[in-house]
This record gives sequence, C-alpha cells and structure tokens, in this order.
Amino acid sequence: MELLVILLLPVFAAGLSIIPTKNWRFAAGATILGTAALFALSLRTAMGLDVSGQEKSLFLNHWLSCDGLSALILLLVSFVGFTASLFSWGYIAQAVSQGRTDRVRRYYRRFNLFLLSMLAVPLLSQVAMVWIAVELTTLLSVFLVGFENTPESLEAAWKYVVLTCMGAALALTGVLILYWGLSISGGGEFTWSWLRTAAPNIPPVFLTTAFLLFLVGFGAKAGLVPLHTWLPDAHSQAPSPVCALLSGVETTTALYVLLRFLPMFSGFPENPVPTWFLVFGLISVGVAAFLLIQVKDYKRLFAFSTIEHMGIILVAAGLGSGAGYLGAMYLITAHALTKSFCFFVAGATLLVTKTREISSVRGLIRLSPLAGSSLMIGGLAIAGAPPFAVFLGEFSIIRAGLAQGQYWVIGALTFFIGIAFCGILYQVNQMVFGKEPNPGTQPALPASCVATLILAAVPVVVLGLFVPEPLQGLLRLAALSLGR
Amino acid sequence: MTQFNALMGGLFILTAFGIVGLRQIIGSLRLFVVQSVLLAGSAFIIGLVHGSIHLFVVAGIVLIVKAFFIPWLLYRVLSHELHARREIAQALDVPTSLLLAAGLTIIAYFIVNPLLNVVSDPFIRINLPVGMAGVLLGAYAIAVRREALPQLLGILTMENGAFFAGVSIAPDLPLLAELAAAFDVLVIALVVGLLTRRIQKQVGTTLVGEMARLKEE
Repeated sequence: MELLVILLLPVFAAGLSIIPTKNWRFAAGATILGTAALFALSLRTAMGLDVSGQEKSLFLNHWLSCDGLSALILLLVSFVGFTASLFSWGYIAQAVSQGRTDRVRRYYRRFNLFLLSMLAVPLLSQVAMVWIAVELTTLLSVFLVGFENTPESLEAAWKYVVLTCMGAALALTGVLILYWGLSISGGGEFTWSWLRTAAPNIPPVFLTTAFLLFLVGFGAKAGLVPLHTWLPDAHSQAPSPVCALLSGVETTTALYVLLRFLPMFSGFPENPVPTWFLVFGLISVGVAAFLLIQVKDYKRLFAFSTIEHMGIILVAAGLGSGAGYLGAMYLITAHALTKSFCFFVAGATLLVTKTREISSVRGLIRLSPLAGSSLMIGGLAIAGAPPFAVFLGEFSIIRAGLAQGQYWVIGALTFFIGIAFCGILYQVNQMVFGKEPNPGTQPALPASCVATLILAAVPVVVLGLFVPEPLQGLLRLAALSLGR
Repeated sequence: MTQFNALMGGLFILTAFGIVGLRQIIGSLRLFVVQSVLLAGSAFIIGLVHGSIHLFVVAGIVLIVKAFFIPWLLYRVLSHELHARREIAQALDVPTSLLLAAGLTIIAYFIVNPLLNVVSDPFIRINLPVGMAGVLLGAYAIAVRREALPQLLGILTMENGAFFAGVSIAPDLPLLAELAAAFDVLVIALVVGLLTRRIQKQVGTTLVGEMARLKEE
C-alpha cells in the first residue's frame, strides 16, 4: 500500500500545480510538502524491510515490489527530490521573469511528473513496465532541460531526447528477447524476481543478447562512453535543481536496470556480465577523466564527473563479490548525495556571478562566502578527497579489487581517478580562491537556496565520517540483492 | 501464410531503406505509415495462424496509433515543416548511405543468428532478422539525417523494428505492456514534435545536425 501512495503523491502534487493560482508559491509549496512526505514514506519503507533481504511485495503482487536495491534507489530519489524542490523555490523565482506564474506552474508540474517516473523505475517489478518508466524519465524531463528556451538549452534537449530514445529502442528489443527466452524456458511472470529464479533454464545466448542490448541502450541513458555525448550538454543547460535530479539520480536509475542483470547470471559457469561491466566502466572513467581536464563551463565539469562516477560504479559491480557490490552501493549513495549538492552549489554560483564560464568566476569566496565555501566542499567531496563520502566509496572499491588480485583494473582505475581529482580541484580552486578582476556588488542568495545548501551538505560531510547503522544495513541488503 | 508474412517482411525492410534514403519529408512520413500497416499485417497473419485474438488487438493498436494518430499529430504540430519542398539534408550522399544500410541489414542477420539456431518457427526466422534490421536502419537514419523530423522517423522506425520482431518472438506479452508501449510511442512523437516546433521558433531552423554550440573548445 505504501508503494502505491509513494507513486500517487507526485501525481497529486502535479495536479495541484495545474490549478491556476495568482501566486506562484502555491505550486512550489505543494511540491515541497509533497516531496517531504515522499521522503518520509520512502524512509519508512526502507526501514521496514525484512532483515533477511527477502523481497517484499507490499501491494498488487507482481506489479509493485521493493527489495534492498529498490529501497536504496527509492530513498535517494526521494531525498534529492526533496532538496531539489526546496532549492527550486528560490531559484525558479529568479530564473523566471516576474508575473509569469504560468511558467512556474508548468515547471512544477513537469518536476513532479519527472519525479514520478524516476520513482516508478525501482518500484515496478514487471520488466516491460520498467522499460516504459525509464523511457518516461527521458520524455518527461525533455522540457525541463529546455526550460530556459535558449538555443543552447534546446540543442541540449534535442540531443538528449534523440540519443536516449535511440538507446531505449535498443533496450526494447532486449526486453522482447528476454521475454522470449523466458517463454521458451516454461514461462511465468515477467518480473525481476521470477527471472532470477528461471534464469538457469533460459538458454544463455538469450540472456547474453538481451543483456548486451540493455547495456548499449540504457548505457546511453546512464552516460556510458561512447553514447555519453548528450550528457554534458543536457546536464549543463537544465536549471540547476533539475541538473541535481538528472545527474544525481536519473543516471543511477538507468544503471539500476543494468545491475538487475547480475543475479540472473549468477549460476552460469561462463558469466559474461563482469567482463563487459569492467570494460565499459573503465573506458567511461578514462574518457571522462581526460575530457574533464579541458572544460570551460563549471556545470559541464560536474557533468563529466557524473560519467566518471557511473564508470566507477560499473567497475565495482563488475569486480563482483560481496565487497565489490557493497562498494558499488556505497558509491551510488555517495554520488547521488554529493552530485546533487554540487549542482545546488553550481546554481548558487550562477545566481551570484551570472556566468557559467570557469574563467569568469574568480575569488568566489570573497564575493559570496557561503557559495564559495560550499563550492570548495562540493569540489573536494566530488573529486574524492578524504574524509568525504565519495572517498570512502572509491577506497572500498579499490580495496575490493586488490583483494581479488585485479591489479591491472585497479591500477588503471586509480590512475584515471587521480587525473579527474586533479582536474576538478585545479578548476574549483581557481574559481574559489583566484584573484577576482573587479569586486562588484554581491547579490544575496535566496533563503531557500541557503537552506538547501546547508541541508544537502550534512549527509555529504557526515557519511564520510561514519555511516549510521540503519543505512549500513540497507546498503548490505542492497548489495545482497545483487548476489554474493 | 508463411509466404504472405515473408512478403510483409521484405516490404518492411524496403520501407526502412526508404526512411534512410528518401529525399522529401512528406514522402518519408507516408512511408512510415506504410511500414506501420505492414507491422500490423504481420501481427494479423501470425495471430491468424496461432489463433490468438491477442495479436489482433496488437494489430489494431498499431493501426490506430502509428498509422493514424502519429501522422495526424505531426500534421497538427508541424504541417509547414512536413510540406517543405527542399531535400532532406544528409551527412552522406544517398547512394553511399544506402550501401551502408545494406551492410547493416547483413549485420542484423549475423546478430540474431545464434538465437535462430535455437528455434525452428518459420515466422521467427523471418520476423526476427527483419525486425533487427529495422532497429539498426532506424538508428542509422538518426545518425545520417541532419533534420529534426527525419530523425524522429528514425526513432519510430527503430520501435517498429523492435515490435516487428516482437510479434513473432513474444506474441503473448501482457496486453497492458503493449498498450503502454503504444502510448509511449505517441508521447515520443508528441514531445519530439513540440520540441521541433520550439527549436524552429527559437533557432529559426530544424537542421538539428547543424546545432553545435555546446562543445569543449
């Protein structure tokens, strides 16, 4: 029942945003309240999970279900949704010219529907419906990417929709082949859990073909090289709160679908999945690290770092074993929290400086102490400096790899992470501490943006120092649902 | 019946080639309608042989959504664009493009070959390679065409290809999934159509291949 309510809440909030009120605060307030309730409910669902890691079908058997992995994604989506809606309050009011309440309402309607599609991905258990949900995450966010209506943002929206729809069509072929394989092996419900049970009876060639189509198709959506080209464009042109959702959790929901293939192959003597994960992951990390050095736009900097992190998570999942899976889960969490924080900081920087170019932002710490210090924290955290959450994630992945004797993989991974680390910190350092050309007047940040920055910074800092016991349990459950 | 289905498959590939190489937008759209009718026809034939009412419904959904609603929607949103008399801008010239497309069709056959070894159903042996070729040709059309609407037709061809294979390999997919997929295709057409209109208004062109402001210098 809870799961259904979780899906209905954004629909309700979207409905409230349609009501033509004179004051834009109505739609914004409804969205904030809706996402807050959403987060509370998701927290309850995640904490109510069975300790044994058993899948919990709470309502509508075979349609909605929630195991450890789903609960983790659900929790992250709803948390970032909440902080993003809080940030939107101040940001959108400044981005939209006065008196255009219709545009603000349109923004919140799309925001809620986009959130709905992302919540549906982990909760739906029917594979065909999951495909549709992933496709809808694209279609419902296209106009959010193009919200500013500039030629650049429309170009980004176009590349985004064309490349990800192309990927989705490939994945659709994969869905159909998977279903075919299932019906050959005797049929049954077309759900993730039944597929895991039935997998040993399905001819391996069906599973492998379906997996490869998914990897290319949804890999495009997760930003894996070589189909990543849309990602820096879309993630830099969208309004900052939307970027936080796109970069922080939307890519993760696509990755979630790929991770669901791991348990299906667990009984096979020749398992092709880890090799593909390692290859695609390492290529993504490497290409992103080298592209990251030469960016001129600080939102693109964070976007490339998303590609890098997706690659690292994929490598961790490819390393396999309990430690690798746990590292992947930890990095998914750290990435969602830190990257959304980084994009809030980028939004705040944009509000203060009115430019996206790295070279035009200098001495931010003097221009706006809050934005400057947040940018420094965000840069350090996302680059993977200790003692932040991303560092712990990367460290545990490297340790898991070394324990398995994958020295070449880990060597390459560490090298690329090092390059990305230097690239990010060099740019961020210049932006924060560089010599400013003219100390102009400093526009004040809206109160809601300040509140979001502080709220979103808490988990980024705290999770690097210690992980609370309930969260640790959830991460272990999530890793268990991938296999042992 | 098998021969009829093979005819549908052959014509389906021809329409996919047309989507890659045809010079005018309105012609490409008409070809897409023909292609959707062929998909519905194949679903109908397979339904007849298997005695499955389910596939008749699928054929009906395809006809309503793809042969009627999507063209109607595009006429409403982009009628000016559809009737443009110019040639579609391409990254490669048409003969080269068609040659590469022929190569892709052969590759499609090789991709599905390991799967075909497992089964002997005559419909699957036709529909699966043809459908996979449709998917690859659609993707190729997206890459080679430089204008908005032809790229959209490429996406829709990919979906058609996937379902052309789908009616043979997954004839009993839950109806709800089929309905949702049809709805999804409709939303794709609507979203991309509206986006194209907005690009035309703001940027002044639908040559999406020329848009290259966003890059690393």
